[in-house]
Amino acid sequence: MQLCRSGEIGRRIGLKIRWSVLLRVGSSPTSGKKLLIYLEQIMKWFQRRKRIEKESKKKDIPDGVWIKCDNCGEILYKKEIMKKFMVCTKCDYHFKVNSFFYKSILLDEDSFEEEDIKIYPCDPLKFKDYKQKLKKAQKRTTLNDAIICGQGKIEGKGIEICIMDFSFIGGSMGSVVGEKVKRAIQRAINMELPLIIVSASGGARMHEGILSLMQMAKTATTLSKLHTPYISILTNPTTAGVMASYASLGDIIIAEPGALIGFAGPRVIKQTLKKELPEGFQRSEFLLEHGFVDMVVHRKYLQDTVKIILGHLS
Amino acid sequence: MDKYLEFEKPIIELQGKIEELKSYNEDKGGGLEREIGKLKERLVKVQEEIFSNLNPWEKVELARHPSRPYTLDYVKYLFKDWLELHGDRRFADDKALVSGIGRLKDISFVVVGHQRGRKVDEKIKRNFGMAHPEGYRKALRVMKLGGKFGLPIVTLIDSSGAYPGIGAEERGVAHAIAENMKEITMIPVPIIVIITGEGGSGGAIAIAIGDRIYMQKYAIYSVISPEGCASILWRDQKYKKEAAGALKLTPVDLKNLNIIDGIISEPPGGAHSNHEEASRLIGEAIMKAYNELKDIPPPELIEKRIEKFSRMGAFKEL
Repeated sequence: MQLCRSGEIGRRIGLKIRWSVLLRVGSSPTSGKKLLIYLEQIMKWFQRRKRIEKESKKKDIPDGVWIKCDNCGEILYKKEIMKKFMVCTKCDYHFKVNSFFYKSILLDEDSFEEEDIKIYPCDPLKFKDYKQKLKKAQKRTTLNDAIICGQGKIEGKGIEICIMDFSFIGGSMGSVVGEKVKRAIQRAINMELPLIIVSASGGARMHEGILSLMQMAKTATTLSKLHTPYISILTNPTTAGVMASYASLGDIIIAEPGALIGFAGPRVIKQTLKKELPEGFQRSEFLLEHGFVDMVVHRKYLQDTVKIILGHLS
Repeated sequence: MDKYLEFEKPIIELQGKIEELKSYNEDKGGGLEREIGKLKERLVKVQEEIFSNLNPWEKVELARHPSRPYTLDYVKYLFKDWLELHGDRRFADDKALVSGIGRLKDISFVVVGHQRGRKVDEKIKRNFGMAHPEGYRKALRVMKLGGKFGLPIVTLIDSSGAYPGIGAEERGVAHAIAENMKEITMIPVPIIVIITGEGGSGGAIAIAIGDRIYMQKYAIYSVISPEGCASILWRDQKYKKEAAGALKLTPVDLKNLNIIDGIISEPPGGAHSNHEEASRLIGEAIMKAYNELKDIPPPELIEKRIEKFSRMGAFKEL
């Protein structure tokens, strides 16, 4: 009976794979204990989906019932693609999602404990319009700056994690991002935890001038002392100062499909060379081809991939 | 000096007059020494006045002065028994970034630095001082050589940035820069970094990890060029002068922001007016830094190096 009810739930939330697992389990004589484990897993999936929906509603997803794919132009039912990890059902385009979304798809439920929540950016150069820009971004995103860091759990195992947020001034790296990444690395060192950094950034934040450039040095020099596994996840886009520092330094580097990844912006390169750039230039698959990322992984397999890596390395 | 900047015009004119008067004096068999002396005094005053009132944009122009000494000029005046070392052992020899070993005051130093060209063909050969990934990988290779054999390292930085091209991306320029910073951190010898011209963003920081960071008086160091900043933030390069001010990229600014350890003075008309004197001043700074660092045990040196960069930044913590 129990089996039946859970199957219903599974079908309602579109868990075809799990359903087949259940059928297999159901058709063979299995102990009640094993069944319970499966059921538990299903319930977890169900809760996770709900959580993703809830959290992604919070921020960054355009309002409205329908959403247009930036790549193929397909009009998509928002509720539907939210269940599918914010990936276009027609062309597999990975929508840009915020830090809360990644937190919900990577970590065990309610396992995240944010650190350094009281670090705020300031305006050291008195740069024109920077203060207003910060205020606006803080209000819109409810974040202090373009990153959240802290400890979380994946399948019950503790990790240190940083997730950048592109919706905060293009995920640009200023003193706060650099400092928080540095502290996260230090915590990973001190607590002997694996480190995961999800990057989404256009590069260093111009408004903090040379201080932003030094965040590259700050994070890279601190990383030289890290001996626990470090998984760097590159999302769309990861470029310039962030790509040229911690994002490139993972023991394992994962890229989401089709993400723009590189050093110089394509527009700058085009202007310099005065010619068209080859198709697929600076996309994840281009980097895979040239040997700078270990794998390109669909968002729906991201957590599983991370689990396998952590299983091997820690 | 065949090339000069707009604001240098009065200086060039005065120098011309002095030269003219000198040769006239020689032809005449003397008698005009007093006038020549007066003109020279005036030259010093004019120079002082002009150079102490430069606006940020003029400082940017000065850092990029076409006659400014480059790495190999400093090497020529400072380092004896110089051996240039080529290639990254992986792909190619990048001529925009040179490296080698030379002796200064009886101490062998590893030197790596950007090299721009002065004439057109030289500029092309040197890719205008904009290095590719192989340049940064060569720098790391040679710096590690210094680490292996206990030779202190000097890096001289003068580049508008890493080259933005297809090949550079294919060969992982971002990765090269990142890896340099991480690996240089662990090199167990004193590293002295000097920004000699334009410290251009990632192209500079890739060889700017060290124990002492200095800037020459008329050098700049920035996260982005004023032109790039203007075109991204204000959608037009014509705001480059405003951007030059806003970015706070002069040595005095960087000292105030606690990024650099000191400013190396230049001859009165700038390093380009007297390469030999500019080299001497740089040599002095290198030796001073070396003497401060040479007795620090390597583990402590590395620890302090990490500490140095981990302090950089400005934020509020409530």
